Amino acid sequence: MAHLLEVSNLSTLIQSGTRKVRALDDVSFHIERGETFALLGESGCGKSMTALSVLRLLPTGGHVVSGSVRLDGQDLVSLPEVTMRSVRGARIAMIFQEPMTSLNPVLTVSQQISEVLVTHQQLANAELKQRQLSLLESVGIPDPARVLASYPHQLSGGMKQRIMIAIALACEPDLLIADEPTTALDVTIQAQVLRLLRNLQTKTGMGMLFITHDLGVVAEVAQRVAVMYAGEIVELATRDEFFQRPRHPYSQKLFDSLPRSSKRGEALAVISGSVPRLDQEFVGCRFAARCDQVMAVCHEQAPRWINGDGGSGVRCHLYAAEMAGQGKLGAILVPLSTAQTTSQGGAEVGPLLKVSDLKVHFPIRKGFWQRVVGHVKAVDGVSLSIAPGRTLALVGESGCGKTTVGKGLLQLLPVSAGSVQFSGEELTQMPPQALRTRRGKFQIIFQDPFSSLDPRMTVMEILEEGMHVLGINNAQRQDHIDRLLTEVGLSPESQFRYPHEFSGGQRQRIAIARALAVKPQLIVCDEPTSALDVSVQAQILNLLHSLQAAHQLSYLFITHNISVVEYLAHEVAVMYLGRIVERGPVESVLGSPKHPYTQALLSAVPLVEKVSGREIIRLQGEMPSPANPPSGCHFHPRCPQALPQCPQQYPDQSVFDAGHTVHCHLYPCNH
Amino acid sequence: MMVQLTPLWTDWLIYALCVIIAVYIGYTRSKPHLLAPWRKVVRNPTAVASSVILLVFATIGLLDSIHFREALPQADNSGKTVYSAEIISAFDRLAKPLRDHVEKTYSAPLAVNLFAMESVEQADGRVARLFPRLKYAGGHLGKDIDQSTQDQWRLFTKGAISGALLWVLLGFMLNAALATHAKVRFSQMAQRLWRGQTELPWRTLLFTIGIVLWFGSIVWQLAPNYHLFGTDKVGLDVLYLTLKSIRTGLVIGILTTLVMLPFALLFGIMAGYFKGWIDDVIQYIYTVLNSIPSVLLIAAAVLMLQVYMDLNKDAFNSVVERADVRLLFLCLILGVTSWTGLCRLLRAETLKLREFDYVQAAHALGASHWKIMTRHIVPNVMHIVLITITLEFSSLVLAEAVLAYVGVGVDPSMHSWGNMINSARLELAREPMVWWPLAAAFVFMFVLVLAANLFADAVRDAFDPRVQ
Repeated sequence: MAHLLEVSNLSTLIQSGTRKVRALDDVSFHIERGETFALLGESGCGKSMTALSVLRLLPTGGHVVSGSVRLDGQDLVSLPEVTMRSVRGARIAMIFQEPMTSLNPVLTVSQQISEVLVTHQQLANAELKQRQLSLLESVGIPDPARVLASYPHQLSGGMKQRIMIAIALACEPDLLIADEPTTALDVTIQAQVLRLLRNLQTKTGMGMLFITHDLGVVAEVAQRVAVMYAGEIVELATRDEFFQRPRHPYSQKLFDSLPRSSKRGEALAVISGSVPRLDQEFVGCRFAARCDQVMAVCHEQAPRWINGDGGSGVRCHLYAAEMAGQGKLGAILVPLSTAQTTSQGGAEVGPLLKVSDLKVHFPIRKGFWQRVVGHVKAVDGVSLSIAPGRTLALVGESGCGKTTVGKGLLQLLPVSAGSVQFSGEELTQMPPQALRTRRGKFQIIFQDPFSSLDPRMTVMEILEEGMHVLGINNAQRQDHIDRLLTEVGLSPESQFRYPHEFSGGQRQRIAIARALAVKPQLIVCDEPTSALDVSVQAQILNLLHSLQAAHQLSYLFITHNISVVEYLAHEVAVMYLGRIVERGPVESVLGSPKHPYTQALLSAVPLVEKVSGREIIRLQGEMPSPANPPSGCHFHPRCPQALPQCPQQYPDQSVFDAGHTVHCHLYPCNH
Repeated sequence: MMVQLTPLWTDWLIYALCVIIAVYIGYTRSKPHLLAPWRKVVRNPTAVASSVILLVFATIGLLDSIHFREALPQADNSGKTVYSAEIISAFDRLAKPLRDHVEKTYSAPLAVNLFAMESVEQADGRVARLFPRLKYAGGHLGKDIDQSTQDQWRLFTKGAISGALLWVLLGFMLNAALATHAKVRFSQMAQRLWRGQTELPWRTLLFTIGIVLWFGSIVWQLAPNYHLFGTDKVGLDVLYLTLKSIRTGLVIGILTTLVMLPFALLFGIMAGYFKGWIDDVIQYIYTVLNSIPSVLLIAAAVLMLQVYMDLNKDAFNSVVERADVRLLFLCLILGVTSWTGLCRLLRAETLKLREFDYVQAAHALGASHWKIMTRHIVPNVMHIVLITITLEFSSLVLAEAVLAYVGVGVDPSMHSWGNMINSARLELAREPMVWWPLAAAFVFMFVLVLAANLFADAVRDAFDPRVQ
């Protein structure tokens, strides 16, 4: 019997003007019914192009040059467009990455679901209504009748992604293409969506092409994995095989560059450089320039596809010789450097930053006179402290107020109450002029490297901005700029260029240099790596790590990525709905989480290593609005272990050993 | 010849504008990111063609903005130079024949007789009803006035041929220069040029200049001897009137934007940046301004000025100065009523920009509000300003015509397309119709506004970040 989807030797070319981009080159794989096939790779490797080629939805100028795409034996490439339209949506459906922009904001959910039902199944009236309700029920939406009548803006991100899935499943497709379906979602919501997809798959037996860059997600969902690099599939293997012994040097590097606790204190492996542009003619292996096991032959001859057993295979010269000799494919593993934890001297000195009971409330105004009718309590009583040279990680889902904490303590937002003491000086009451002169001491690095640099300024002008504050004169300034750029790993010549000429990782380096230019003692890092690819993330984390050692910097590291916390942080604070629910040294909090929310959050993180006996705690629902937080403990409506007193009273702080504190009624006060 | 320069108020502003443009060009040349969109503009054939037309208009307007008084021939021998009371412009000097050839009243284009019949007493004492000869048109023919058509054809051919020759010469020079620059043979370059295979649209440039040259040299031949576009009610040459109107149109179009720009920039950016009560106040101001019919506001302002000028007659030395002050005032009041649109756009853009991380980073670095606004916000909204200015220009030129029609436009003594149309509308009812002042004003205004619109489109395409 034919495979559900068989892609063989697919090559896609995108032509814009005289530029020819070879988006896909000789891509072959197949997907069985009921199977999840993961496409893994960094951005710009052609993952999405593969999906779009299968659906024949390529951008203008793009066309399939050669190869075939067979769905149940039927070739899709040669189908006329009219017939193709009946394949899309009905037999192959797709879910996109961004649920916010995939739904039309001016149509109700009902209208958007019925679109596909009317087109492909010609349903009408009561039947249509019935089908819509059952679809929403099947994707686990409570109160489907209400949701059908609502508009997308009334729904949360997780709900929208569920509706996207419902729309995709409306015609019971044979194949579902999921293009990074959980990247824009929080970990607890991601866990919900992944479980939903798995359940639906077992129920309907559809095949799934799962596109992602996240190794953890691959480990959770996939049965077989293909790694893409620069438009080619470089490795294909079953999940277990892949996670036990990745064969291609690129796959190995991807694993090595993942931050985790075992690598604390040492530099992460990085893949130097970036993905090559696809508008060139390649001679030899495309990964050769970044590979550290490169041989002479790699630069001269493109590696062949080498089949291993069980449908696996790899495209690398390393395995060519072995194949000839033994006829069997084994993994050549680079010995991993032994983990060594350098314990940094936590000499007890006074904290550099001490925040107590910080509150940032945004007024909600209504009516003609703009009367204040309520407050969004984005941050509602947060206390934390950071010692010099230490890193505090602030962890939480989006909307819990972690970025607001960062901006509030830097006085970039008006603080409603509480105190922020920086080296003993109170910042909240400081007059603006005095505050301005001290601003150099605490800096911030943002998440999105594309909006954090002024596009109309050269790198030099960007770096100079802060030096005006320091009053460095012109001669020294030039020197200082050169030194800064070298320090963050850019060449001094790059100061005359504009931000758009740099890649995401390089831009983040410039942003770091800008913060360093004023010799800060504290840097608030607001998710500095979440917009970057894994290999680039490793570069930036290494840089931050070495800068901390060199300058005794303190970091407040705001993130939702637990593995980064494990790697970089000394202490961790977990936030939920404007309050810190658990705080303590990183080993103790991540090792033995006490608060039910922390436990759920940690269990929802997809792990690369299979940990036996790991019980995943599923959280129901989503985070409530900070404008109207639940009474008592904010977490009680979602808490699997809620006690009768939880809705009545916010729990006091319970202290465990080594500064590990929790706000939870499960642990009665023991002070 | 001795002259005494007497720049008018609007002249000063035009000079200032030229300086600003020169500074902008100089600054842009040093900034690759500012230069890039302009490179895109000059690669666009439509933009090149329309900018040639705009340049021709601008040149005439600029020549018309150099005002002076000529020295009078010395009456006594005291050695003191006495200057004429009349203020004229450099363009008036160039177009002296056009300016001086004032007939009695209407005459049709290229006619040699008046348009209306008159009773003329003849040599034998009889009074005859006939179309009298024009004083100047065809005057050089003397008695051979029936040869006028042949004479006109002769001048036309002369003009056409000399224009074509000039164009060919120019083409050769351009081709030679390009060939030297690209280091290819002359014929090879000519081939490329002809097929439009050059990087910049030189072919379009050459053709547009060719058309301008051709028309220009025909006009050059015919205009001094005939009234190419006829004469108006008081016998003024209509071609001269339309050419003089160019300056009025340009001044209104450009100075008004110059007046509104500070309002729009300052208020728009302040409203978006500070938000809160500052935003509220600015929003209330422009909402109120927007809800007053602007024609009413302009009429009231112009009448106030009129009263003021009547009460202070001594402050104004000549008719030209009076007219100029009124023009300037019109620009001011038009500017005050038209800044709201741009202001709203800038406010919205600033609201977006102020939340950008680089603005937050500047805050974190301790930059002052003023510095953030000038260094980060203003450069990032400049594309909107540029697009709005170019689009606004043509609508302002048209607005002038409408205002003159209503009667609150520029001074009636000032030459403008609006005034021409206004005075021509009554004559449209005449039989036979006097169509030429209207047609001339229409053609010139149409060409200017079309060129400005096409240019604005090209600028918008090049600067709009969404298109890139």
